[in-house]
Amino acid sequence: MQFLYDTQLLVNNIHSFLFGMCSLYGLPVVLVTIVAMVITVALVGGFISVNVMLLVLAERKIAGHIQDRLGPMRVGPHGILQTVADAIKLLLKESIRPKIADKWAYFFAPVIVMAPAIMTYLIIPWSPGLIIRDLNLGLLYLLAVSSLGVIGIILAGWSSGNKYSLLGGLRSGAQIVSYEVAMSLSVIGVIMLCGSLKISEIVEAQQYCWYVVKQPLAFFLFIIAATAECNRAPFDLPEAESELVAGFHTEYGGIKFAMFFLAEYANMFVASAMGATLFLGGWQGLPILGLALPPLVWFLLKTYLIVFVFIWFRWTYPRIRVDQLMSFGWKVLLPLAFLNIGITGLVMVLG
Amino acid sequence: MDCLEKICSLLPNMTFWILALMGIVCAVLAVTVRNLVHAVLFLAGFLMSVAGLFITLEAEFLALVQVLIFVGAIVVLFMFLIMLTHQITDLSVPQGNQLKGVAVIVATVLFGLIFYLLKAMKWQEVVLPVKGDIANIGRLLLSPYVLAFELVSVALLVALIGAIVIARKKE
Repeated sequence: MQFLYDTQLLVNNIHSFLFGMCSLYGLPVVLVTIVAMVITVALVGGFISVNVMLLVLAERKIAGHIQDRLGPMRVGPHGILQTVADAIKLLLKESIRPKIADKWAYFFAPVIVMAPAIMTYLIIPWSPGLIIRDLNLGLLYLLAVSSLGVIGIILAGWSSGNKYSLLGGLRSGAQIVSYEVAMSLSVIGVIMLCGSLKISEIVEAQQYCWYVVKQPLAFFLFIIAATAECNRAPFDLPEAESELVAGFHTEYGGIKFAMFFLAEYANMFVASAMGATLFLGGWQGLPILGLALPPLVWFLLKTYLIVFVFIWFRWTYPRIRVDQLMSFGWKVLLPLAFLNIGITGLVMVLG
Repeated sequence: MDCLEKICSLLPNMTFWILALMGIVCAVLAVTVRNLVHAVLFLAGFLMSVAGLFITLEAEFLALVQVLIFVGAIVVLFMFLIMLTHQITDLSVPQGNQLKGVAVIVATVLFGLIFYLLKAMKWQEVVLPVKGDIANIGRLLLSPYVLAFELVSVALLVALIGAIVIARKKE
């Protein structure tokens, strides 16, 4: 099990093996790179699908226990195969399209939502060296790419040709654009302390002290803004079922609906992973127990902890109103984020 | 094997051609498509391919900021406005108005001017490509170019206040 601890070595070995093969058999490097890329994408795709099934099951189980019931119990022992059954049902459903829907936009909207969700997995730091691309501007990449999904959501709302869908899409657009500002500003404190946008450097900088200790306000702001970015309760107004049926995906069914679902949970995982990376030290273990578990396990533990907090929020807080949502985002979160940047700068200059 | 190697050596160039083609097709469609929402989508596609071109030029910061601001914020704003405007998403929106002729003249003159400038300009060879070093960009923005930077900020603020004044209901 040593390779789980020293993933940098593992990655280096795979790398030298691949390029050794290149020179041995005279294969062009570009070809091997492309094959390696395809394998990586397949691995990420597999992880996302399996992980989402796990998250949906966790959501339903935790929801059940919070509401003093058991959650799904029928399919498999304790209902652990419930989401597999759900996924098969969604995949087998007939693909239908409303008559007045805009054909192309209706078809492409789930794709536009799904693509950025997958793209963000590029910079998730699983373990030392185990990161698909350790971009110099990793954090900026994350912010840029995660701002794209909302186009698909607005498009889905518009192309369905349904007033409820349109309202859901518009609400989602307003919400995500507003909270994106607060989220970007909340991570600036971390960038200032670390002096780098490179994800691996941000993790390395937290070896002795996690940023949640130095930046507690930023952590809270980040968690709140991320909840809103993922359209989750108490900020799930785009799909408020008491007002808008199901919001932007009212008219979607079958595999297209499944793609929205997949993207939503994939985004939630990325948001949690980023919370764990930026504030909870990523793959770094607790000070004394650091080597008790491999870095990958530490990373996943912290990420799933934040996922649990998101699920907990959803099933314990009531939904807020639209005007409350907007005034909270612009009048509370944003000034607090600026305050945090100001204080961080002041402390850095004086201390 | 030789053939394979030849194809692979062409790949980096092909990235440029694919992105350029995508950009041109999207740009043309963005101004010719009748449906405004589709036009905005093609605009987003065009901006994305420009961002891709920036990446091939190793200007990662520019590319990401392009995606973040133009695609992530401005295109979303456009879509928002189009959808809030009643009936504008109908397919029968006219594309031109009575100022068509003037627009053609202005566009031609502007194009000629830009073309002339590009031809007349003496391009400097960049010796060292600046890697996506954000600290460097920050230092440049806040020391030699601080005046321009502040001017742009003030201009944005003025635009912001202007928008609020126009949008405010009259007493």
